[in-house]
Amino acid sequence: MDVLDLARWQFAITTVYHFFFVPITIGMSALVAWFHTRWLIKRNPEDMRLAKFFGKLFTINFALGLVTGIVQEFQFGMNWSSYSRFVGDIFGAPLAFEALLAFFLESTFLGLWIFGWGKLPEKLHVASIWLVHIGTVLSAYFILAANSFMQNPVGYRFNPETGRAEMADFIAVLTNKVQLVTFPHVITASYMVGGAFVMAIAFHKMRQAHRGQAATYDGVGGPDEVPMWRRSARLGAVVTLISALAVVITGDIQGKIMTEVQPMKMAAAEALYDTPPDGECAPFSVLTVAGLGGENPQHIIEIPCLLSYLGTGAWDGQVQGMVEIENEYRAKFADNELTQSDTYIPPIAMSYWNFRLMMGAGFLTAGIALLVLWFTRKKAEMPLQGWWKPLLVLAPISVVLGHSFGWIFTEIGRQPWVVFGEMTTAQGVSPSVGATDVWISMIVYTLLYGVLAVVEVKLFLDYIKKGAEPFEEPQLLEDDDKLAFSY
Amino acid sequence: MDLVTFWFILLAVLWTGYLVLEGFDFGVGMLVPVLGGTKRGPAPEAQEQEKKRRVLLTTIGPHWDGNEVWLLTAGGATFAAFPHWYATMFSGMYLALLLILVALIVRNMGFEYRYKRDSESWRTRWDAAIIFGSIAAPLLVGTGLTNLVYGMPMEEHMSGQTAYTEFTGNLFSLLNPVSLLGGITITVLCLVHGAHFVALKTEGAIRHEARALATKAGVAAAVLAVLLLLWLGIMHGSIWSWITTVLAAGALLAAIFFNLKDAEGKAFVGTSLTILFAVATYFLMLFPNAINGRGEDPALTLEAAASSPLTLKIMTGAALVFTPIMLIYTVWSYWVFRKRISTEHIATPVEVNA
Repeated sequence: MDVLDLARWQFAITTVYHFFFVPITIGMSALVAWFHTRWLIKRNPEDMRLAKFFGKLFTINFALGLVTGIVQEFQFGMNWSSYSRFVGDIFGAPLAFEALLAFFLESTFLGLWIFGWGKLPEKLHVASIWLVHIGTVLSAYFILAANSFMQNPVGYRFNPETGRAEMADFIAVLTNKVQLVTFPHVITASYMVGGAFVMAIAFHKMRQAHRGQAATYDGVGGPDEVPMWRRSARLGAVVTLISALAVVITGDIQGKIMTEVQPMKMAAAEALYDTPPDGECAPFSVLTVAGLGGENPQHIIEIPCLLSYLGTGAWDGQVQGMVEIENEYRAKFADNELTQSDTYIPPIAMSYWNFRLMMGAGFLTAGIALLVLWFTRKKAEMPLQGWWKPLLVLAPISVVLGHSFGWIFTEIGRQPWVVFGEMTTAQGVSPSVGATDVWISMIVYTLLYGVLAVVEVKLFLDYIKKGAEPFEEPQLLEDDDKLAFSY
Repeated sequence: MDLVTFWFILLAVLWTGYLVLEGFDFGVGMLVPVLGGTKRGPAPEAQEQEKKRRVLLTTIGPHWDGNEVWLLTAGGATFAAFPHWYATMFSGMYLALLLILVALIVRNMGFEYRYKRDSESWRTRWDAAIIFGSIAAPLLVGTGLTNLVYGMPMEEHMSGQTAYTEFTGNLFSLLNPVSLLGGITITVLCLVHGAHFVALKTEGAIRHEARALATKAGVAAAVLAVLLLLWLGIMHGSIWSWITTVLAAGALLAAIFFNLKDAEGKAFVGTSLTILFAVATYFLMLFPNAINGRGEDPALTLEAAASSPLTLKIMTGAALVFTPIMLIYTVWSYWVFRKRISTEHIATPVEVNA
């Protein structure tokens, strides 16, 4: 592998790994804030217990999102210095905004929330966890604006004097049409993750409580906890389903915008080689065997005209095939070092399958959420069936992987570009960093991330097992009191 | 003042903020085995030491994460305001930055996970991560920053009609004597700064032990700092950098003096000012470059490294509006946790039958 492949692999490993934790952080912070707020309003001890229980799980997860995020901030300069030079004038600003507006907010108020028990007046304490959540959402906005620039560069001009892309209109960068649909797509998909985690964990605890197995703290954890967990499981399921609906709607709009700005990506997502003849629509295949790499893929389940609809909003809309688009691009981009490429077609099988896996993963989680709602309805008996176990593990994991599939599709489908139409990925890599250096860093990241994943998952499961602490009436501490929370 | 110079000064401010704030939490991390001891187990003495370690970590608990954001902001601001600086420095210091990242990662995980399981071996391991990270990170950050001043091996390239530089060395060209001295000096300075912070934020035996240690380490830091700034000053000094050098030395001596007088707040301000003047000295020795060239090698100038006027204008507007807001809630969070902590305040952990 040459240094370009290595740098790409490393970026893929570190970014996909980072993004396991990001949607959990965004989604769970909102639900923890919800429970904490509900305690403030209704004074129901269960809400306080739930806020603390899910709060702990949230912080266990937040830790990894945080540390792997630092790597992301540095990686552009470390491995993609030519890219950073070329677009830094535009791309750097949202990153700086993210640090100044979002990271400070998240970290300061999370510190206040974790250490604030007994110190902060309750309303401020609840406000702190909301500000953490707002910080996570702001952070997503800025980093997605940066990514949207790579997908669909706007608000810039090329300056021949400095040999780089420069800012022309920052508002245009922040309101890129790709951004305006990607942001709600990612945020609602993150709420889906938060909902799925709360749903699955609470459903599991409900079953345990019913059997009397959740009693780890003195006097709590028995069948009296069933209503608390049942209610949380239902809340999680509802959040999952509402978010899933929003994900589908935003995803649908996104598909149309993507067909417009990057027709190649959507053609690759369907392995559509040839533009359908005039007057014919493009079908969408659900399953294909073999042949994705050739000119005649064998679609075995095909829905007529669906691709035309997904791409254009009209059942008879015209969708271009890859061959035609590539010919256009060759004519347009071949004479510039930054934009010339052997092929302008992205890896087709990766695009095709990740697109489908993304949707399938999301639908799977939504389906489980429906089941949960049905099995926890008022008159239902306690769902003690053995087959719930794998479903409960699958529900949150599937939607998290859905995020990964979606991102892999988005990024792979953009290839060979790093900035669409402006710079190929091959041109962006750091010239002063050798293959040995990247081998070393990639191995170090992989090992370190692997160890941390094992530690994290084990801790996460332990805390699920421990269950919710017994309720304690919160009160402000006097000077000589022991701290309510300390390291 | 033009915006390029303004952003150069703003980066100096961000680095000062980072080293003053994370500087003390690095120091506290290093002091865990020194002030908190290394005995573990059920013996009463070991239990008392464990409480001390928890006191130390709790003083920085609500703050270390926010402190670290100053580094991310410095990185992001460098990217936005000086893309070539960001690109040359981050790709040039590749393996050193990897080590910094590893140090920060294991250290942060230590803070966040140490208290999450009641097991001696678990705590021992995370303490090792905290101590390693707290020493390695300032050592490497200091070495890296000193390299910018001392000069990096670079060659010139063209982008359009703009000349920028690309790093030509390797990890070992960064590990030169003066840069290593820079790393050691900043690490010891963080140690002193952290000891002042502990003296300011705790009560009981630990407070007195911190004060005693701060004096000894303060003298060592003063000797190292004078050596370092003389060495760099002879190569790159100007009248202004000599003035800030004297101010840095003066602030450090004042800090030692106040610490001896048990004026903990003033001692902490003293080491904060030392860091401020040291960063000012570094930046004055850089100006008008972003990175000095090693020997005859070309430098990366601020002018070549900078973003377009429009980007700098947008960034300036954002900085002027949002920095004060950020400072207000940061100061407020320090106010909320202003009380001194002692081993009396540490609750014994609730036993959980996991």
